[in-house]
Amino acid sequence: MPRIPRQIIPLIIIIVIVIVGFITARQIFVPASFGDLGFYRADALKEATAIEINYAGANACVECHSDIDDLKASAFHRKLSCETCHGPSAKHADAPDETLPFIPKGRDFCPVCHGYNPSRPSGFPQILPEQHNPGKACISCHNPHNPTPSHTPEECSACHRTIANQKLVSHHTSLPCTQCHNVPKEHRANPRLIRAEKPAGRETCTACHSKSAVSSLEIPRIDIETHGERRVCWDCHYPHFPEGT
Amino acid sequence: MMNTNRPQMWRRDFLKTCAQKLSLIAGSIVAVGGMKAMAGEENDKYNPSEHNYAMAIDIHKCIGCGRCVEACKKENNVPLDGAHFRTWVERYIIPEDGETYVDSPNGGMNGFPELKSDKNVLRTFFVPKLCNHCEDPPCVQVCPVGATYISPDGVVLVDSEYCVGCRYCIQACPYGARYLHPEKLVAEKCTFCYHRITKGLLPACVEVCPTGARIFGDLKKTSSPLRRFFHFMDISVLKPWMNTKPKVYYGSIDGEVK
Repeated sequence: MPRIPRQIIPLIIIIVIVIVGFITARQIFVPASFGDLGFYRADALKEATAIEINYAGANACVECHSDIDDLKASAFHRKLSCETCHGPSAKHADAPDETLPFIPKGRDFCPVCHGYNPSRPSGFPQILPEQHNPGKACISCHNPHNPTPSHTPEECSACHRTIANQKLVSHHTSLPCTQCHNVPKEHRANPRLIRAEKPAGRETCTACHSKSAVSSLEIPRIDIETHGERRVCWDCHYPHFPEGT
Repeated sequence: MMNTNRPQMWRRDFLKTCAQKLSLIAGSIVAVGGMKAMAGEENDKYNPSEHNYAMAIDIHKCIGCGRCVEACKKENNVPLDGAHFRTWVERYIIPEDGETYVDSPNGGMNGFPELKSDKNVLRTFFVPKLCNHCEDPPCVQVCPVGATYISPDGVVLVDSEYCVGCRYCIQACPYGARYLHPEKLVAEKCTFCYHRITKGLLPACVEVCPTGARIFGDLKKTSSPLRRFFHFMDISVLKPWMNTKPKVYYGSIDGEVK
């Protein structure tokens, strides 16, 4: 057996220590699953999968709220997921009684999509929030699950177009003409001979606007005893555009 | 007598042993079948290598409402400030003459303010952006520790336990899709909502998109909604000259979009 030169022995020892040190360091520092699937920690995939969800998904909502889903199915909002408007609701889906999802009621929410913006694709329904029934909550005319509003009868506007247009942008937009005018059937066939009735007194307005009236809480109220003394309402307020005067 | 009896005995023995063997074989087949069925149930859970996820974006449908940006932030606990986004919406305004103007105030999360300009606008539209989940991602190439990787289902992910926060990947991404989390000090990015898609749900941005401008699907499945999109739209990707092979496909996108 050839004799190993003396100067080589310490070198061999050093090399062995370095190799053993490298192997042990690698064992300690490289995670166990590193390299199983590629140049990364395979366990990281499991960790990425284990994160909790915040959005439950529309299928989870339908399990309980099938009535709203049925209503929505034939409406313009049929493709909208519930959580587009109601926000993340996974907690509500897990424990329905403990947390309730967000219900947007204000006037600032719908224009997020439906406010006019020239960059939006043409054909997408948009409004100018400053002009479209200002001050009124969107949900008082539009059911968000079936947003097409109830149309006022349009037969009057064939002749009374100016009045109809003015009423269209006023707070009275959803009122039919017959709310205040008593219109005989014959008026349509013979409009000059058989006239539609105009309101006679304050009772027409106070039916909704007096403090004791049974009507929607959004309607502004007055005290009929003190407001406007003996004048009729339309001396000061134009009924087809009441906010204009 | 003996000669006539013996064959009968043999036959009985033969039939007996046959019945025993048959019952054994039948039993073992049933048992093996049952075990296979159980193993099949386990495999049904989720097998990443059977998928290759991608997204398509129809910019003609995007209304710039920013629901996707908000949903992404709420789903993935992204800081709610105006500097960290996994997805965001850009508004492009192309004037008749002059340079294209692009803005994304707060990622488009709170809408886009009216732009006051005396220039005549030729075209204007919204472009949602996110990580392109490239097939050849530069971010994965440059990571010095192997903290970012392509998962077997084709999603580029970050291992936040292993990331050292060196920001190389943020520099390398041609699409600006990555950010450094201000508290955790690790790189973060769009994961296609990996925790959702592995459970069979849609990514949060796709879930909430009101107009269907975002389409999510599996390139390995013929029944994916992506197939229909590819069939009917002119497809392009962002910055194709970078050779990153992005997997976020834009339909009929304007040439000005970079």
